[in-house]
Amino acid sequence: MAERRTYEIVFIVNPDADDAEVMRLTEAVQKVITDQGGNVTKTEMMGRRQLAYEINHQRDGVYVLLEVDGSGAEIAELERRMRVNDRILRYMTIRVDEDRRRAEKLKGRRARKAERKSANKAKANKPATETEADSEAA
Amino acid sequence: MSTNYEEREGGYGREGGYGFEREYERAGMPGRGPRRMQRRKICRFCIDKVDQIDFKDVKLLSSYVPERGKILPRRISGMCAIHQRMLAEAIKRARNIALLPYAAD
Repeated sequence: MAERRTYEIVFIVNPDADDAEVMRLTEAVQKVITDQGGNVTKTEMMGRRQLAYEINHQRDGVYVLLEVDGSGAEIAELERRMRVNDRILRYMTIRVDEDRRRAEKLKGRRARKAERKSANKAKANKPATETEADSEAA
Repeated sequence: MSTNYEEREGGYGREGGYGFEREYERAGMPGRGPRRMQRRKICRFCIDKVDQIDFKDVKLLSSYVPERGKILPRRISGMCAIHQRMLAEAIKRARNIALLPYAAD
């Protein structure tokens, strides 16, 4: 249960809300998370933008992005609260730690590949060190 | 059969802002006979060494979403399977939070 996961939460606030209300809602969300033992690592106001389709007869919305570290319990609680809050038009939570780890892995693999390539090139240039490079590759 | 193919390609429209007009034109040429050899397209994301596609990057994603709102198929963009899957996932996420349309018009 001690596993830490990273989540990205995006929610859309009703466009009638003024900046103060958006701030208030965001703080409420942050509070829910910290109360449940989570940790908010990033808060970004993405601002007001047009929705690609109407949600509850609204054409615009105020986007807020949060990045959260936690166990998953706070996400469950937060989603329950956002579901009943009618000022929040839409929310989405995405677990990002696995994707990021995979991206890191790909990066590492590519770096190793590049290394091997340059090593091979050195080998081609200097055939005398061939045995050395071979033993390295093995 | 070849006419069918042509119609399908034309259906995506040519006025879209995604950077695949050249491929479209080549694919849309009247393909009489089996001579429709074309250069194998290569994955742009592989060249740029992209490991992750962010669903919030609307500008990038919308270049793979023609007017109708569909996801640009791999046979047209020439993407590799890994990146096509990442892209599809990102587009679907963006749709969920109304950054991209599910269907346009």
